[in-house]
Amino acid sequence: MDWANVAIQGILLGGLYALFATGLALVFGVMRMVNLAHGDLGILAAFVALFLVQSFHIGVLWSGLLTIVIMFVVGYLLQRGLLNFTLGSDDTRPIVVTFGLSIIIQNGLIMWFSADSQGLDAGKIENISIRISDKLSIGWFPLLVFITSIVVIALLQTFLNRTKLGRAFRATSDDREAAELMGINNRHIYGLAMAIALAIVALAGILLAVRTTFDPTQGPFRLIYAFEAVIMGGMGSIWGTLIGGIVLGLSQTLGSQAFGSGWGLLVGHLVFLTVLAVRPSGFFAKTVTA
Amino acid sequence: MSAQDFSVARSTRMHRYVLIMGVLIVAALASFPFWAQVSFLRTMVTFFTLVALAQMWNLLGGYAGMISVGQQAYLGLGAYGLWLMGDVFHIHPFVSVILAGGLALLVALPVAPLIFRLRGGYFAIGTWVVAEVVRLVVANIQATGGGSGKTVISAARLPIDTRINGTYLLALFVAVGSILLVYFLLRSRLGLALTAIRDNELAAQSSGVNIFRSKLYVYLISAFGCGVVGAVVAMNLLRIQPAAAFSINWTAYALFIVVIGGFGSIEGPIIGAVIYFTLLQSLSQYGTTYMLLLGVIAVAMATKAPRGIWGIVTKRWNVHLFPVRRRLVLEEPPEPQGTTGAGAAGPVAEAS
Repeated sequence: MDWANVAIQGILLGGLYALFATGLALVFGVMRMVNLAHGDLGILAAFVALFLVQSFHIGVLWSGLLTIVIMFVVGYLLQRGLLNFTLGSDDTRPIVVTFGLSIIIQNGLIMWFSADSQGLDAGKIENISIRISDKLSIGWFPLLVFITSIVVIALLQTFLNRTKLGRAFRATSDDREAAELMGINNRHIYGLAMAIALAIVALAGILLAVRTTFDPTQGPFRLIYAFEAVIMGGMGSIWGTLIGGIVLGLSQTLGSQAFGSGWGLLVGHLVFLTVLAVRPSGFFAKTVTA
Repeated sequence: MSAQDFSVARSTRMHRYVLIMGVLIVAALASFPFWAQVSFLRTMVTFFTLVALAQMWNLLGGYAGMISVGQQAYLGLGAYGLWLMGDVFHIHPFVSVILAGGLALLVALPVAPLIFRLRGGYFAIGTWVVAEVVRLVVANIQATGGGSGKTVISAARLPIDTRINGTYLLALFVAVGSILLVYFLLRSRLGLALTAIRDNELAAQSSGVNIFRSKLYVYLISAFGCGVVGAVVAMNLLRIQPAAAFSINWTAYALFIVVIGGFGSIEGPIIGAVIYFTLLQSLSQYGTTYMLLLGVIAVAMATKAPRGIWGIVTKRWNVHLFPVRRRLVLEEPPEPQGTTGAGAAGPVAEAS
């Protein structure tokens, strides 16, 4: 395959990584919590969408929209019903609890759907592409994913910057006690942040499921890529996450092209570690780590 | 109350009995190769490796506050280290086990400053990335057998009795060694520094604790320990594959054991390993259900009883089998009525 083609694929793949990363970054930004089950929740969404398609014979589009709503509600309930209780002085607890959740989701999915690879069929859109020249073509679906991720990030940024609720998010992020004194209900804000994060990661999971096959054990890898995108982009910067995702996607596809398919992922990780060594605050850091 | 009304105690008379009991238990365990069945010995090796792994994970997570989900990097390196030392450099496998730990430590040395740039949950994922990097390297190069792995021929060629009994005693040694290592570490200056860091990093730093160095030492010790555990596992199985050696399940086991048994205590990982292992023996055919159940228990424990079973025990009865804490013993002033004094063991305040 031609290098330009590979590069374009890498950039478009980066959009998907950014979509997985956005929710992780949002939750960390608002409540300083890292959700180790984030990737698994995205995969869970893909399975929910698959289940809806199979049991109610609806199209992927409707099933996907329904899944996003379901995951929004799941996120709110998960935060208010469980995760809020782990937040406090001991910052190891949310890590342990979300890791436990990750194991529960993975094994629950294996029990329910078996460990087999699954696919979500969206029809024609998966195979059509724009031909730019004889050697260069861009798949419609990857492009659509990329545009979706830009739209989602733009919407989230607008929400945080321009709405009253977004201001409450930022206030809680800056100083949770002061925000509480100003009449903000932090528990509710955390619930909403997790709800939005899971809605976005559900979208990411469904797009991933349409793009390629998926199985219950893929969540951790999604988490790792999302994390690398967040750290490379710079914590606190949502647009940075997109850049981080693109850098990761490019590294992986170009790495595969240069050294063979087994090495792509490794090159991605090594680029991440290099960025961590050289520029630990990422490309566009805004907030300081907690 | 005058200045003489209290004393600071660490060991009590109970700890002498605990020591005697401990020695007796270890002696009994060491006698197993003389009479127990081979299959039982092999099962016990798994148990011992889990105790040691949990101790190493707890040292990092429970005492230094660094939750790692990537210790399988060092475990796998230890497993491959056994193969490297034994089959490539022709060192006796029993010696190679210790050298394999050294290999893990060597890799951990440049990794530590890199991932110490991350905190909390991001540190956890960072350790995972490191484990993935090591796994991908090992799986992609031909010398280590690629994805299909290697058989540890030097260990497989040992006389069977030597291998089985030797591996058993080695595993016992590693389990007991991990417990003693953590025990003496906690009683040392480093242990004091760790406790200070855990309680308040800023206050510890301003009191002259070198945070980076303390964390580095703990990270390196844990990497070494995990490497040795990996080598013992490889001795027991004789076959190493990247997918199994670098599996995230190792972290899951360690985390479950520690969280269920008792986060941040020496007793916890031992109790957790016994519970984990007993459950495993009866539920192992339901692999997925078992993991699911463990996940649910771990989540419940971490939210309801963050110090695990041992935490509940210490809160209820105030017992500590390992004297690592300094206890402030307040001596009751003699009362004129002459009520039956509880001896020297008055109200006890703790500094942990």
